[in-house]
Amino acid sequence: MTGSDSAARGAAAAPDAVKILIAGGFGVGKTTMVGSVSEIAPLRTEEPLTMAGLGVDDLDGIERKQATTVALDFGRITIGDDLVLYLFGTPGQQRFWFMWNDLAIGALGAVVLVDVRRPESSFAAIDFFERRGIPFVIGVNGFHGEHPYSPEEIRDALALPEGTQVLLCDARERGSCREVLVALIDQLIATSARGDGAAVGPAAAS
Amino acid sequence: MSGGDTAGRLVRPFTLTGGRTKPDRTDFTLITSVTAVDPQPDGGPRPQPEHLRILRLCERPVVVAELATLLDLPVSVITIMLCDLLRVGRITVRPPRPVSRTPDLELLQKVRDGLDRL
Ligand SMILES: Nc1nc2c(ncn2[C@@H]2O[C@H](COP(=O)(O)OP(=O)(O)O)[C@@H](O)[C@H]2O)c(=O)[nH]1
Ligand SMILES: [Mg+2]
Repeated sequence: MTGSDSAARGAAAAPDAVKILIAGGFGVGKTTMVGSVSEIAPLRTEEPLTMAGLGVDDLDGIERKQATTVALDFGRITIGDDLVLYLFGTPGQQRFWFMWNDLAIGALGAVVLVDVRRPESSFAAIDFFERRGIPFVIGVNGFHGEHPYSPEEIRDALALPEGTQVLLCDARERGSCREVLVALIDQLIATSARGDGAAVGPAAAS
Repeated sequence: MSGGDTAGRLVRPFTLTGGRTKPDRTDFTLITSVTAVDPQPDGGPRPQPEHLRILRLCERPVVVAELATLLDLPVSVITIMLCDLLRVGRITVRPPRPVSRTPDLELLQKVRDGLDRL
């Protein structure tokens, strides 16, 4: 018992909210995964880019038409009366990275989806979480249910930090997506139980 | 009026917020929960229609991202309107569960059990 539980139950009796990010390159299956595990159809909001913290200079070189909005989709899993888990698919394109910082705040961790036909499209996401010490697991989305490479081969190809979990999955299947999420939570539980708080990954910058 | 001109679409929401583009409180996150105060306080200026729509939607707790989707407005616009409503005491706000580098075991176990039931 932490003892904080009953005291924290606010006047509004709103459930606690936690979130997990689903990241990876464009078209890798993020929205599909959110939809597979969410109890609601993936919801979507459109953010005007200029409102999201971009300075005018940052818009240089970005085509205006494409730069006007960024879509963010999310799903919900009700864990109980008092706890709801939200899943947020991060915007895929690199130019939307400034949003990731906001998204990452308060996240339990992340799933980085990888398409083995073009793994490089997920490098940036891996790098982002690694640098910030945000716990993550790799979900290899086997398009057409095919998994030509073993987790070890993928770990090598992606030059993943020691101990990074690599799971073969199918973003279209709820059970498969659940296993990936459970693997992430189990990793967090192990870390929390050790009490060291060290993210799987490189040692903290000296 | 359904032309591909996205500028119109972007301008309209901000007329709802009196042209402000920045909330004056930064404590609204995507998963901050919002609930209408019941009963609503007497007096004060009558809420604008969009504010009333928010109040109706948050008779039960609802998070910011969901409000944005339900009203088809950007989170940034929703946040500004929520600031207005908070200032006049029409809503209460519950921040997300804080997550430290070592989230507490009880919380994680609960999430895991919930996923098992999925
Ligand atoms: N065949 C197959 N198609 C998939 C799979 N996962 C996603 N897709 C499709 O790939 C496309 C991109 O997926 P989406 O979830 O939108 O990618 P996102 O850009 O990462 O959100 C969509 O047309 C999906 O239906 C998969 O495992 N197998
Ligand atoms: Mg998507």
